[in-house]
Amino acid sequence: MASQVKRAEIIFAPYSEYPYKILGEALKKSPDEIIEALIQSGLRGRGGAGFPTGLKWKFAKEAQGDEKYVVCNADEGEPGTFKDRDILVKVPRKMLSGMGICAHVIGAKKGFIYLRAEYDYLKEALQKEIDFFHQHCEKYGLDFHVEIKSGAGAYVVGEETALLNSAEGKRGEPRNKPPFPVTEGYLNKPTVVNNVETFVNAMMVCRIGAEEFAKYGMRGQKGSKLFSIAGDTTKPGVYELELGLTVEELVNEFGDGNTKAVQVGGVSGFCVPRAKFKDKTIGFPGKDDVNYIPTGGSIMLFNHTRSMYHVLENYLEFFEEESCGQCTPCRVGTQQLLKGIKAIKKGEKDPEYLDTLYKLAETMKVTSKCGLGQSVANSFCSIVDEFKEEIIY
Amino acid sequence: MPDTTKLIENLVEKYGKKRESLLPILKGIIEEERYLSEERMLEVAKALDISGAEVYGTASFYSFIDLKPRGKHIIRVCKTIVCDMKGKNEVIKTIKDCLGIDVGETTTDGMFTLLQTNCIGQCDHAPAMLIDGEVYNELNAEKVRNIIKEYKLNRQN
Repeated sequence: MASQVKRAEIIFAPYSEYPYKILGEALKKSPDEIIEALIQSGLRGRGGAGFPTGLKWKFAKEAQGDEKYVVCNADEGEPGTFKDRDILVKVPRKMLSGMGICAHVIGAKKGFIYLRAEYDYLKEALQKEIDFFHQHCEKYGLDFHVEIKSGAGAYVVGEETALLNSAEGKRGEPRNKPPFPVTEGYLNKPTVVNNVETFVNAMMVCRIGAEEFAKYGMRGQKGSKLFSIAGDTTKPGVYELELGLTVEELVNEFGDGNTKAVQVGGVSGFCVPRAKFKDKTIGFPGKDDVNYIPTGGSIMLFNHTRSMYHVLENYLEFFEEESCGQCTPCRVGTQQLLKGIKAIKKGEKDPEYLDTLYKLAETMKVTSKCGLGQSVANSFCSIVDEFKEEIIY
Repeated sequence: MPDTTKLIENLVEKYGKKRESLLPILKGIIEEERYLSEERMLEVAKALDISGAEVYGTASFYSFIDLKPRGKHIIRVCKTIVCDMKGKNEVIKTIKDCLGIDVGETTTDGMFTLLQTNCIGQCDHAPAMLIDGEVYNELNAEKVRNIIKEYKLNRQN
């Protein structure tokens, strides 16, 4: 079968110009011009939440403050995601260019890359790239300094306000929002926190122009996206594809012929069963559109040999350990969901108890403080909806 | 054993005497001593002029900051879904057999500690593990045995 998947080559495209050419050119443009281009391009944050990048930069630019910060979120912890790792290894200059352009736009003199502890082994090479970047900043007259801040093993720190707390040397617990980081971020100063891939994309908008960038994407989605493909697939790896493809198109390309379900967006995302592959599109949903599933890039495929009970149990163990414990719905909810499905499986609880757990997950969605607790219901409910028998018997 | 007062002094000098330096300082101690003792926490608190509870609160939050004595080499095997599907159990079993310890334990000679960890971003090369921050992936029993052997040999040299 011919491939239906539309590949894009923006992010890993070979860098034909001399290093940091685009950065130099972008610095000659006015901040407003760059913000306008980003808004026109339709670029939305690539970490998963999908906030419009142009607007984020605009808010930070307009925020009052003598000191501002540019933060690159390289705390890639969502299970099944490893695309930022590839960017950091293969095209760090594109990411650093994006950070430099952001500094120019918002008026920041300092920035840092928050690198997860699991990627400590990338630190040395990355530091060399930062030194090289600083040379070019100096050449172009950009007063901007970047450092690496290392994480210490905590999934929740991928949430931007938790990341800022961690960078300040505190427990990595999410903050209340508002205030948002664009007005009160690192050390309570206006801060842009963007994902690694978002900075690369922002740089690419400057390179190819908003119009050209917006040509990528299908079914109303803008741009290309890196996908981390893993699990029961014949070719695991990082692929750059146009946004807006259906799960079916993805499975046809990457499945092993026996795909039973696909987890889109990591453990905090949704599980799609085979019967719905056709209906579900990968991209940012419009209002109330249940058929679009956003993702930070994690795609995990499961074939018919996998027990979905086992999958769910593994997810819940993950959530239970990674819940920061700050708010009760998430701390106790994750424990009870895990305990509950085990009890049903062992026959210690009636199958009807699953309905109670389902309600608990829905309650967590509306009462948890941050995205971690709120998103447990995504995978829990989608697996229970589609694979109820496997969970009970 | 390096002079720890000196170690903390150096770390404070390197990262600055400010609250934001706490995590890098704690990681610096971990690098030298593999774990963070109560004494070290108090010394750091004193050096940064913050309460011991603040230091403990921060330290206990992070899974890579161990508060219990650990071996010279810390093995962290990924247990999240993709590595789990691709043979994590075999990796754990092989290490247990090689070292004669269970998950969470340290060998009697103090050389190895075996731990499990959540997703380390190597799902495309699962199963995977970290030893002192170095990545080892696409593991199978034979590969794991060779890696452990290598570490044991290096100790003798």
